[in-house]
Amino acid sequence: MKAKITMEVTIMSIKWDEFFITGDPLILGSQIAIVLTMIGAVAGITYLKKWKYLWTEWLTTVDHKKIGMMYIISAVLMFFRGGMDGLLMKAQTAQPEMGFLDSQHYNEIFTTHGVIMILFMAMPFLIGLMNVVIPLQIGARDVAFPQLNALSFWLFFSGAMLFNISFVIGGSPDAGWTSYFPLAGKEFSPGIGNNFYAVALQIAGIGTLMTGINFIVTILKMRTKGMTLMKMPMFTWTTFVTSILIVAAFPIFTVALALMTFDRLYGTHFFTVSGGGMDMLWANLFWLWGHPEVYIVALPAFGIFSEVISTFSRKSLFGYKSMVFSILGIALLSMVVWVHHFYTMGSGPAVNSFFSITTMAIAIPTGVKMFNWLFTMRKGRIKISSAMLWALAFVPCFVIGGVTGVMLAMGAADYQYHNTLFLVAHFHYVLIPGVVFAVFAGLYYWWPKMFGFMLNEKIGKWHFWLFVIGFNVTFMPMFFLGLNGAVRRAYTYSAESGFAPLFMLSAIGSIILAAGFAVFCYNIYWSIRYADRNISSDPWDARTLEWSTASPVQFYNFAKLQEVKSLDPFWHMKKKNEGLTLYDSEIEEIHMPSNSWLPIYMGVIFGIAGFLLVFEWHIAAALAAIGIFAGLIIRSFDYNEGFHVKKDEIHRIENAWRKTEGEVHDHVS
Amino acid sequence: MKKILLSLTALLPLLVLSGCNMVVFEPQGPVARSITDLINWSLIWMLLVVVVVFGLFGYIVWKYRERPENKDYEPPEEHGSTLLEIIWTGIPILIVIALTIPTVKTLYALEEAPKGYEEKEPITIHVTSADWKWIFSYPEQGIETVNYVNIPEDTPVLFKMTSASTMQSFWVPALGGQKYTMPKMETEMYLVADNPGSYDGQNTNFNGRGYADMKFEVLAQTDEKFNEWLADVKETAPKLTESEYDDLLKPTHMGRLTFSNTHLEWVNHADPHSKAYTNPELYRGHGYQGKTFEEEDNYKSNQPNVMENHGQGGHDESEDNHGGDHNEH
Amino acid sequence: MIMSAKVDTSLPLEYQTEQDRMNILGFWVFLGAEIVLFATLFGVYGVLYERFAGGPTHKDIFVIKDVMIQTVLLLTSSFTMGIAIFEMRRHNLKGLIIWLVITLALGAGFLFMEINEFIHYAHEGATMQTSAFLSSLFVLLGTHGAHVTLGIGWATMVIIQLLKRGLTPTTARKTFIIGLYWHFLDVVWIFIFTFVYLKGLVA
Ligand code: HEM
Ligand SMILES: [Cu+2]
Ligand SMILES: [Cu+2]
Repeated sequence: MKAKITMEVTIMSIKWDEFFITGDPLILGSQIAIVLTMIGAVAGITYLKKWKYLWTEWLTTVDHKKIGMMYIISAVLMFFRGGMDGLLMKAQTAQPEMGFLDSQHYNEIFTTHGVIMILFMAMPFLIGLMNVVIPLQIGARDVAFPQLNALSFWLFFSGAMLFNISFVIGGSPDAGWTSYFPLAGKEFSPGIGNNFYAVALQIAGIGTLMTGINFIVTILKMRTKGMTLMKMPMFTWTTFVTSILIVAAFPIFTVALALMTFDRLYGTHFFTVSGGGMDMLWANLFWLWGHPEVYIVALPAFGIFSEVISTFSRKSLFGYKSMVFSILGIALLSMVVWVHHFYTMGSGPAVNSFFSITTMAIAIPTGVKMFNWLFTMRKGRIKISSAMLWALAFVPCFVIGGVTGVMLAMGAADYQYHNTLFLVAHFHYVLIPGVVFAVFAGLYYWWPKMFGFMLNEKIGKWHFWLFVIGFNVTFMPMFFLGLNGAVRRAYTYSAESGFAPLFMLSAIGSIILAAGFAVFCYNIYWSIRYADRNISSDPWDARTLEWSTASPVQFYNFAKLQEVKSLDPFWHMKKKNEGLTLYDSEIEEIHMPSNSWLPIYMGVIFGIAGFLLVFEWHIAAALAAIGIFAGLIIRSFDYNEGFHVKKDEIHRIENAWRKTEGEVHDHVS
Repeated sequence: MKKILLSLTALLPLLVLSGCNMVVFEPQGPVARSITDLINWSLIWMLLVVVVVFGLFGYIVWKYRERPENKDYEPPEEHGSTLLEIIWTGIPILIVIALTIPTVKTLYALEEAPKGYEEKEPITIHVTSADWKWIFSYPEQGIETVNYVNIPEDTPVLFKMTSASTMQSFWVPALGGQKYTMPKMETEMYLVADNPGSYDGQNTNFNGRGYADMKFEVLAQTDEKFNEWLADVKETAPKLTESEYDDLLKPTHMGRLTFSNTHLEWVNHADPHSKAYTNPELYRGHGYQGKTFEEEDNYKSNQPNVMENHGQGGHDESEDNHGGDHNEH
Repeated sequence: MIMSAKVDTSLPLEYQTEQDRMNILGFWVFLGAEIVLFATLFGVYGVLYERFAGGPTHKDIFVIKDVMIQTVLLLTSSFTMGIAIFEMRRHNLKGLIIWLVITLALGAGFLFMEINEFIHYAHEGATMQTSAFLSSLFVLLGTHGAHVTLGIGWATMVIIQLLKRGLTPTTARKTFIIGLYWHFLDVVWIFIFTFVYLKGLVA
């Protein structure tokens, strides 16, 4: 074995040549890039004397808006990483028998791509938007547990960093984002790569679970006066249902990952081949979480589309009630379809029939939503802004994802599609329109609310067209490749297979897609530098409460808590011209929570303990875990009651933004 | 919108071009044909859905888009319509029913020998998937092949499948759907080939470094040719020994092998109490190495580092710690 | 924290401020997640509980007498926790603390028995690594035991705060929540007792 033969450099009994991944130009390049970026960042912040600002305004913040922005920034970075993985894969398969990546690298890359895209891109992007928007939409001043919210973020961030570091230290997981056993067990994957999967996802998952709890309580308890459940904006509804799904599904993943950790680190026999373990138990647990997870990311995305479509059609949402019932229906059904991921396991025709039917049934409420969106636009006046473009493109693209989903749902037919590129094309047609389009729509839509200026609409259109065309060109050919027998996760294929032209087309598509993403980054840069700062707090003539306060939103959100009488409350307030002015007599002192260093401390210590556990240094990990308990104890004894914002200050802040409102420019035309 | 449609239509010729030789649409046996029929049936309905939704979408967006002329138009307050909700809940339900019935029928039918072949005595072939090769045992005929399987045409073949290592999936798209092979479990599948011919088979369930090349050939022959081949194998092929078999199960790629006995004589991996043939040491790759656990029922090679070459094209994969280039296969 | 601390004195101490009400609701939701977590572990045990892989079976290792003692200890502790909360409602700080301490002592007794049980199993050659059955048994019991351990540590923190600060809406809320947690662990144990021990001995 080569690993044994190569020189073993051991200092402090650590094999450093195994610790740092060596011998690959791609990885060496990233290692150097990471070190340089880190040095650059530290030097830059020091030079600009921004450490204190960073610490007090961001790292220790408990403000839901800032936490939301940190989520979004991390998600964009992770999108970059996951996208690079995607491009590498497309480059490797552009031609038959390419030697660009070897099989081990390809395996690592699709594994990290899948995990990062779903858990470290889609989830935080949506949770970020939820954080920014939900308290504002329900007319509240923060979430129910602001400090817990910060802890959620830092745990997610810590998990994401731990997972990403595996690329350069220790070795990446390589058993697929599903990490099926027995392959992912020690019997077939003795390297520590898959420990990263088990531990990093656990840490991030705990953060997500707490987000779920937080938003359930926030939405149940903190809605402003008069906002009954059936008067909640659709994005709030979907966030609520998603939070319930998180609480119902994530503990299953917690358990599954814990058992995986035990199998890999302590030699138990849950999923092993030997000792009576059962590999399919993992597949069941994974998808019991994994399928609801797909809806955990899809539902808030549906909510975003509902807001955007309604705003830019200047109409209230068509069939609000049936929209609510359809999300509830989707959520319920999503818990009873998991077996469709392994019809081919031979569970018998009765089981497969049952799950075929439940899976196809999900198409019904989804179809209802689709038609309601279409009829929201009907008789409207559709303003095709960048945000709206994403919502529009969503409709046809998602329909393709949906109908191929129904085809896959048919158990018997799935015997031919399963594990082929047809499946890969399908879920990208669901996840990219369903999640990526949605977060882009949401970002263009809420950007002015977050930062007080808009993203450039013209560059936005370039971003849109490149991305959407690139997306279709990349993934449409995969349907046909799959039907022609091309399997997923294969790092290469033979020239005789005849797959080459479509693979090449798909690779070209991914370059267009990447160009779209680059334009998006450029748009952010351009807008930060040049965009007009003098815009109204309601640039889209929107309908919900977040638009009734300043842009960017003052730290206490609302000087006075609104009373709501109907759906689309802000729209009606504007129409009737009531409740828009703030009177001196209405200003009261506002109580706000203080910043805290504990959440970031917990994130760091979880990251350290996790890292040590990944390397199977159990004693060191246990020592680090003491730090976790110390944090919990400190929290228990923490009686910080927050602070009060004085009337004067509220007065000053409110005057500042309400005065300029008269003389703003209308940017949407 | 226009551009989306444009890009979609640009893909159409490709669809047609490649459509004429997509293996799933060219079934070579009754099992695959029944699935293709089901797929075609679903395609009709899905096309209908696509046409309706795309049409409605195009019409609405075009008609109600903001134009300089309608700047003053204030859309009406509208909250929904029960009738419409019933329509677009009801019709999808009908479509789902239309898809469910043939799906369930096909699901049940696929568990048995295909229609019209019930009379014909099926032949049984045991499939054992290992990393990264396929082992086929013919218990009735007493022979074993690796990475290829010969079958008589027009005869139902019952594959009894299991795995000696990770979970894999057995797929011959021209002849039928796929099914997993799992250690200590047995799954079954019927396949029939209409005509003599060579069909590609492969693993679709990712199982590590050698996954992409885990392929095999199904060769359907006339009865006469098949019997000739059987007789020839029995006469000329060597016997497989237990220790050779142990080596065979190591994570390697290899060419084709043929034996005049079967490994079922000493182990059937489908048996839940069969010993596990795993040796984690052979799966070490790059990166930091973790601790492994020694199991009582685990297979341990005396000399994990030394591997003999087997027959044609044998190649020691475990030497190649980085996954390596498999292009030479 | 966000709502200005409007205090509604007509309610029990722990429910008097909006923030405290939210904390309690949040904890209920958390218990919902805990139910899913334990349900999953029970499911895993249910799937693997006859996979002995040649190792010891239920009957070989379960000692019903010890399990009965554990059960009595934990059930009693749930009862004493109830009394503690009752004393809290009566604003009797001393009674509250005394009953809390008794509860924790019973909990510690339970833990002691459980650790002994594990040592006994190990002596019989039944460890987490022996078979799938034992892996799932140890992880199910261990997760419950770890919860009890955490509960004891956490309740100790709360007692210290009660001693330092007396009964305030905040300390009352903390006490109430740890009470909920404790009862929950008791319910989980009843399930373990039934579906693990009784079923194992009957089967
Ligand atoms: C941005 C452009 C993207 C490109 C170019 C891309 C490309 C790919 C490719 C080539 C594969 C592997 C195909 C195979 O060999 O099996 C893949 C797998 C996958 N992708 Fe993407 N993808 C993109 C975006 C996304 C997004 C946004 C998501 C999720 C939100 C996503 C989720 C996944 C998942 C879950 C897998 C399966 C990984 C596995 O097999 O374990 N991808 N993608
Ligand atoms: Cu699913
Ligand atoms: Cu199985």
